Amino acid sequence: MQYEITLAVFMGINIIFAQSLNMITGFCGQISLGHAAFYGTGAYCSALMAKAGVPIPVCILAAMAAAGLFGLIVGFASLRVRHDFLAITTMGVGFLFIGIVRQQDFLGGEMGVFGIPGIVDDKFQFMVVVLVLAALVIALAVYLKHSWLGFAFDAIAQDEDTARTVGIGVARYKLTAFVIGTALAGLAGALYAHHVKFIGIDSFGFVESVTVLSMVIVGGIGSIWGVTITAAVLSVLPLWLQFVSDYKLLLYGLLLFVVMRFSPDGLDGLLRWILRRLIGGIGRRVMADKA
Amino acid sequence: MIFVELILQGLIQGSIYALIAVGLTLVYGLLRILHIAHAALFTLGAYLGLLITNATGSLALGFLVAMVVVGIAGIAIYRFCYHDVLDQPPHVALIASVGLFIAMEEGFRLIWGPTSISFTEPPWQAAVVLGGIQVKTADLVTIPLAIVLIGGLAAIVAFTRIGLAWRATVTDPAMAGSFGIDALKVRYLNFFLGSALAAAAGVMFAILANFVEPTMGGVPSYKALAIIVLGGLGNVRGTLIAALMLGVIESFGTIYLGWAMDRDAIAFAFLILVLMVRPQGLFARS
Repeated sequence: MQYEITLAVFMGINIIFAQSLNMITGFCGQISLGHAAFYGTGAYCSALMAKAGVPIPVCILAAMAAAGLFGLIVGFASLRVRHDFLAITTMGVGFLFIGIVRQQDFLGGEMGVFGIPGIVDDKFQFMVVVLVLAALVIALAVYLKHSWLGFAFDAIAQDEDTARTVGIGVARYKLTAFVIGTALAGLAGALYAHHVKFIGIDSFGFVESVTVLSMVIVGGIGSIWGVTITAAVLSVLPLWLQFVSDYKLLLYGLLLFVVMRFSPDGLDGLLRWILRRLIGGIGRRVMADKA
Repeated sequence: MIFVELILQGLIQGSIYALIAVGLTLVYGLLRILHIAHAALFTLGAYLGLLITNATGSLALGFLVAMVVVGIAGIAIYRFCYHDVLDQPPHVALIASVGLFIAMEEGFRLIWGPTSISFTEPPWQAAVVLGGIQVKTADLVTIPLAIVLIGGLAAIVAFTRIGLAWRATVTDPAMAGSFGIDALKVRYLNFFLGSALAAAAGVMFAILANFVEPTMGGVPSYKALAIIVLGGLGNVRGTLIAALMLGVIESFGTIYLGWAMDRDAIAFAFLILVLMVRPQGLFARS
């Protein structure tokens, strides 16, 4: 049972993390290759405050605020640079984050931070907390997508210049997307820190950023259910198939490549295509009957 | 004296960056793709160069085989990875490329093992004293090597028929096509030459550090991405200047900024700083 609980906790954390990136990259179209930096910010912030004796709910809120603030700063970068330039800039932010943390002794440097207090002693209760939070984040994503905010995000994702022409305040909405997305990444990071109780800089590098991006893209950029399922499956896949664990990265890499190469819209696009074929098939048959 | 030494070290590192970055920027100029998997070609070149040198004892053969094989691998990557996603939004090729890079790196780890391999007889290790500074022969070879290779590339682009076709395709693909230029041939050549240069950079890097390992491609290649962005994507001259500049900035930064961030972060701090002031890069084409 312990093992299943751990799996469920990882699934919950990864769902929050992937949805947080989905809001920036999926809803608002701003590609990020450095999302793990915000995850890391949340983890370090909450871990250090909890070790200093601050009540954990306060730590988590502070972690979200810190990650969101960091996200706001990076969001300003997204106002200056676009597309490929933004991808490289966010990648740079990721490297800058680990490069700076590594040199700071009060952040644990190479050694990392250990002895982080847990949220609740009981594993099961913790799992419930994480899963409820994940469900709330999914609900927020659904709400956002169908709100005015979501429509504005979508307009920016489709065509930034046109969005500006029809009077959408592009800068404001982009920053909003970054702040919401990165604050949620901070939440995921904080939960991660309180779950594993030890954090090292290696958990927040480029590979992590690419992993979470792969969850979003394999699921289908902007698709809430697609990203949720992919995040859940990809986070337990390596744990389930222990023999795969050595090939985990190879698998991720090939998966990303194959999905982009053959189904650029991800799981969501694949399912839509299948549905269309099915409905098309039925439609043809109905037409044939009439004739 | 330390200034001269730091500048020299910076230029050596910068030459390696330049060799990697030129291929990247050529690919971007032609296809508007950020070719992350270029990093894996750099690593592949380093492995091939080192293994062949160790097996045959001939460094020249190592360089040659590495450059030719990696050049062909570059063409294969274009054909199987990018060719069919060119009409998709840019993130498709980017992510496919990231995926391919990760898979290739893991492939190297599975084939050649996770630990590093060294030269049995490291070439060009003799120390040379140059105006009071002691350097290795390998250090001295790097800069001329980069000049010769990039000069050769420039000569091909400037003086051959295929080079002319290449320049025409970069300027206006549709027009070039209507004049009967085979765009596919141009792309193959582009990937072949760019990848061959990355392979040469890989072999040179292996000689300088005297080891190769599966993950060696990552950091230099991410920096190469920073460099082509700094140079104004697709601008070869800007890329070369940015590469040398970054090499020098890093060697100074490691001394003077080491307390705040590690060496690899300096490149990106510089990148972000520049992009905030000039979002189109330092040397963007108008």
